[in-house]
Amino acid sequence: MIAFRIAASILAAWLALAATPAGAERLITSLSNHRVMVTSSYTGVDLVLFGSVERDPSSAIRRGGYDVVVTVSGPRDTERTRRKGRVLGIWVNEDYRTFVNVPSYLAILSSKPTQSVAAADTLRRLQVGFDNFQLPQQIGPDVADVVKDDPFRQAFVRLKQEHGLYVARDGAVTFLTPTLFRADVPMPANVPFGIYEIDVKLFADNAMIAQSTSALEVIKVGFEQFVANAAHDHALLYGLVTAMMALLTGWFASVVFRRD
Amino acid sequence: MQIYLPIADLPVNIFLILGMGLAVGFISGMFGIGGGFLMTPLLIFIGVTPGVAVASVTTHIAASSCSGAISYWRRNAVDLPLALMLLGGGILGTGTGVWLFTLMRALDQLDLMIGLSYLTLLTVIGGLMAWESIRAILRTRSGRPVVLRRAGSHLWFHGLPIKFRFKRSRIYVSAIPIWVIGFIIGFIGAIMGIGGGFLLVPMLIYFLRVPTSTVIGTSQVLTLVTMASATVMHAVTNQQVDAVLALILMVGGVIGAQFGARTGYKMTGEWLRLLLGVLVLVVGLRFAYALIVPPTELFSIRVSETAP
Repeated sequence: MIAFRIAASILAAWLALAATPAGAERLITSLSNHRVMVTSSYTGVDLVLFGSVERDPSSAIRRGGYDVVVTVSGPRDTERTRRKGRVLGIWVNEDYRTFVNVPSYLAILSSKPTQSVAAADTLRRLQVGFDNFQLPQQIGPDVADVVKDDPFRQAFVRLKQEHGLYVARDGAVTFLTPTLFRADVPMPANVPFGIYEIDVKLFADNAMIAQSTSALEVIKVGFEQFVANAAHDHALLYGLVTAMMALLTGWFASVVFRRD
Repeated sequence: MQIYLPIADLPVNIFLILGMGLAVGFISGMFGIGGGFLMTPLLIFIGVTPGVAVASVTTHIAASSCSGAISYWRRNAVDLPLALMLLGGGILGTGTGVWLFTLMRALDQLDLMIGLSYLTLLTVIGGLMAWESIRAILRTRSGRPVVLRRAGSHLWFHGLPIKFRFKRSRIYVSAIPIWVIGFIIGFIGAIMGIGGGFLLVPMLIYFLRVPTSTVIGTSQVLTLVTMASATVMHAVTNQQVDAVLALILMVGGVIGAQFGARTGYKMTGEWLRLLLGVLVLVVGLRFAYALIVPPTELFSIRVSETAP
């Protein structure tokens, strides 16, 4: 993967100001690039997220320092996790669970292991970490998330991680100064297209004290976009042109390789 | 060198795809088969989704069989009336196959059905072809001449009415088995996403007694027409044809097919059939292996629908 790092200034470009629940701190974040362009040479990029904690001068200094958890979630889709079983001596897909409206991409980056930034119930409420992130399954007519050690849920997260689409990195958020941090967001080669949500949570003293949300977009551009558009918008013409291309290639080869 | 495929949404190494096209093209030119039953599993193996793999391979086979068909045409090795009559049955079969494909997908056991169809069809056909050609080779070795069209060995359907004489193939057969064979090829092709050349060639040889000299050229012409129309149908119905992927495949494919056709032309029919039989059998056994051996990963994910 080519590291594609744009040194973005915090003041320039996009500023995402956050609602400040605790009142004392404000969180300001900026992403190196809000639009990932997928071209013919695209093999994945690393986006750089910068953030700064602005502290109200009148409030007390936090002794324990700050912790940051960045959650990047991609466009939602419905995915089916299937399990093979042996039926009459052959291995077939025996059982499945449908995960409804789950992120196609999910990165959870933190300054230290997510379990240690706040109490377990807080983390669950805030959906921090894979175990607490809502991955609802279709159960009969209902849609609900199940216990985190459900084998289908675990398999889903594991397979997504193997594909590089679910990423959890403790320590991927680094503090450059006590109030300035950066994080590398890996966008893999097989990145899904669409709108991504970036959610940055600031923790101190076992509680979330500030939050900031922004978005980024992954789009196809150039020749790739042209081909994809043609295939969707002018399907018949695209099909005929592709078939003609096949016949011409075949004819051309037989002329070039003609011996007699 | 990496290139991003616009419909498959996947970066691939261009030389890997080119090499796969060359290798499968060589085999397709040599045996007069489309090679879809080899190329589709290969593409799925490198991460292309089955839908895009099947659709793009039809385009690749169209190009490959086009250059092959022209080569055989120049050698007067194409029986055009026979190919056209097969095509009539083929179109009917494709329609029926697409209908059943949709039905099986609704039943949610499409993967298993495809796996089992590949397994059954490939091992049976491959085994039969290999066995028959080994017997033919042994007969030649022992000094007795090989009689491909045994005068007394007429099967029951050779007595059917509506007979036609195909001059180039020097056969006089009923139209009914020709339409039935065309129908079966179209039907299986639609269900399994293959051109069906590897089935058509042995069927023409064993059932219609088409001589080896015209069987491959005729099969190439049929494959060319069905795959070119399948490309257009796939593009219109599912928008799954990746023109960039298909172009890389076909550039490798047509070059490979040229060399394959020359190699195939030099070989005797028995050895050619033995090689193809073994190849088909091996792919069939590979499917059997995947179904029988306990998989290392029991789970798999499939995106069933993308949210708008």
